[in-house]
Amino acid sequence: MTALEASGRNADPVVEQSTAGSRPPTPATDHPRRANVRKWAEIALFVGPALALFLTFVVYPVISAARYSMYKWNGVSQFSDAEFIGFENYARALFGGTSPDTKQAFTTAYTQPFWEALSHNFAIIFLSLAIQLPLALIVALTLNRKFRGRAFTRVVIFAPYVLSEVIAGTMWLIIFDPNGVATQWMRAIGLDMPAGGWFEDPTWGFWTVFFIITWKYVGLAIILFLAGLSGVSEDLQEAASIDGASWWQIQWRINIPLIGPTIRIWAFLSIIGSIQLFDMVWVLNRGGTAGQYSTIASYMMEIGFFRSDWGYGSAIAVIMFFLSFVIALAYMATILRRDNAHPGKAR
Amino acid sequence: MATTQTHDAPAREPGNVESHRRKGLVPEGSTYLAIGIALVGIALTLGPILYLILGGFRTQGDLASNPTGLPDPIQWQNYWDILSGSLFWHQLLNSTLVAVATTAAVVLFGTMAAYPLARYSFKGRELIFVVFTTGLMFPLTVAVLPLYLLLRDLHISGLWGLVIPQIAFALPVTIIILRPFLAALPKELEEASFMDGISRIGFFWRMLLPLARPAMVTVGVLAFIGSWNAYLLPLLLLTGDPSGMTLPLGVTTFQGQHSAATTMIMAYTSLAMLPALAFFLLMERRIVDGLTGAVKG
Repeated sequence: MTALEASGRNADPVVEQSTAGSRPPTPATDHPRRANVRKWAEIALFVGPALALFLTFVVYPVISAARYSMYKWNGVSQFSDAEFIGFENYARALFGGTSPDTKQAFTTAYTQPFWEALSHNFAIIFLSLAIQLPLALIVALTLNRKFRGRAFTRVVIFAPYVLSEVIAGTMWLIIFDPNGVATQWMRAIGLDMPAGGWFEDPTWGFWTVFFIITWKYVGLAIILFLAGLSGVSEDLQEAASIDGASWWQIQWRINIPLIGPTIRIWAFLSIIGSIQLFDMVWVLNRGGTAGQYSTIASYMMEIGFFRSDWGYGSAIAVIMFFLSFVIALAYMATILRRDNAHPGKAR
Repeated sequence: MATTQTHDAPAREPGNVESHRRKGLVPEGSTYLAIGIALVGIALTLGPILYLILGGFRTQGDLASNPTGLPDPIQWQNYWDILSGSLFWHQLLNSTLVAVATTAAVVLFGTMAAYPLARYSFKGRELIFVVFTTGLMFPLTVAVLPLYLLLRDLHISGLWGLVIPQIAFALPVTIIILRPFLAALPKELEEASFMDGISRIGFFWRMLLPLARPAMVTVGVLAFIGSWNAYLLPLLLLTGDPSGMTLPLGVTTFQGQHSAATTMIMAYTSLAMLPALAFFLLMERRIVDGLTGAVKG
């Protein structure tokens, strides 16, 4: 590596390096080898703490999760006593396990709640793209002009994103209480709350939660889109306007395509966030009394931690990681690829 | 719809509209549409929050009989009870300590790591960077069960049990944001400093840290919010005494213990929300910049 040579083996004092073109600047030293050792010591000193923390508290637990997922273990007894069962935990979650004797029971106990939780994650992904995206686009496009109170509006619309899930969730729990204000309002206009309650209703519970999720997260999309729109040249819009393009035509033909990269990145974050969604769902009665809006993460915590099935919970965690990993890679390879191919346009 | 309203526009602020029109930006009527949408957005966002704060001033009976109107009578008892007790203050202190410690360590270690990754050249540099970026793929939810066991085995408990993993999980995004920022600082800085006989470590402390301040504030704000709102780790680690909890977990615990006293829960939740809102109002620009920067970078 030329850089190594530059800083290490080159005996010339670095003072002269201003003439040396591409070589990175190096402190003046009296001895080349000592300088090299010193450089690596510095690198270790600088990178060491971060790398050690990261490997110990992020990488190691993730690898451990993969290991635990092969065992039947309650997390309390010694791990060395745990029974190795290979991919049985995965089999239980995905299709009721490999043993025909227990298949029936395991399908009810493991497979159904797993797929139900997973279907909620995918429903949230789909609805985010089908509802939150157009909503955020319309709001961002209409707010993308000068008017009195614009700064205030932006701050307010973005505020829920910064509030903690716990506070937002608790707030909505109170509003959607069976005797709460939402119910009273519905009654005032001659309707009623969903038959089983805002959260407990098998059909509407999920929609209540999706509404709350939208309230909490749509502000991020709006702010990101507005930031993207502020980078769109006004000349283009002006030219189109002079040529007689209507407001909608300008949005469709100019603004939306030009903030395409921002939209695609937001969609990426939204998809990954939807797969890993936990806090909000957990605050709202742990994914619902009958799991009517459980997610894989809430299911993992419920069964892994609170029902002490650590091996199985770890298998769910690995499936969740695998899902987000595959989706992330696929998304980057197909949709984000063209944005990165022209970095100049990725604004 | 936007075009049909064009003729109404001059009625409002003639000067402003004229300048807009000369620029030929868009049909002016849609400004009303923007204001309309802004008002709806503000109402939908602030409405529930105000309802929560006002609810803290209600009596339980008032909430049941008149949930829509203003509190009548206004009673300060809920807020007073919470603020005169010690529980809320303990939890506020815990949240603050954890967030400050996490933020300080993330910013320090993150900048330290990003410095050689941005400005040294050495074998394995890209590999180390890639290792950190994979961290974005490992959310806390995936690692949390083994992490809990690891902390138990290492006898790390209480608030440290939150701080240390939070640092580790916040490092990847910190390094990813800081690295290009540090790399963009001019090379001549080092040349000049080294000519003056300053070592690399001296350069880091005396030159780089002051110059990297804006980027450090951005990543610091993100780390602070992440820590302040954290719920999953406290849920697993801070079981037991409520005065040892952080605010988010404290709110859910309080809610569980006072399930009949809704207005009390509303007061507690409102109080827990205020520090975050104040911080957000102070740092709004930084937060937005940080998030858009993180998304673009």
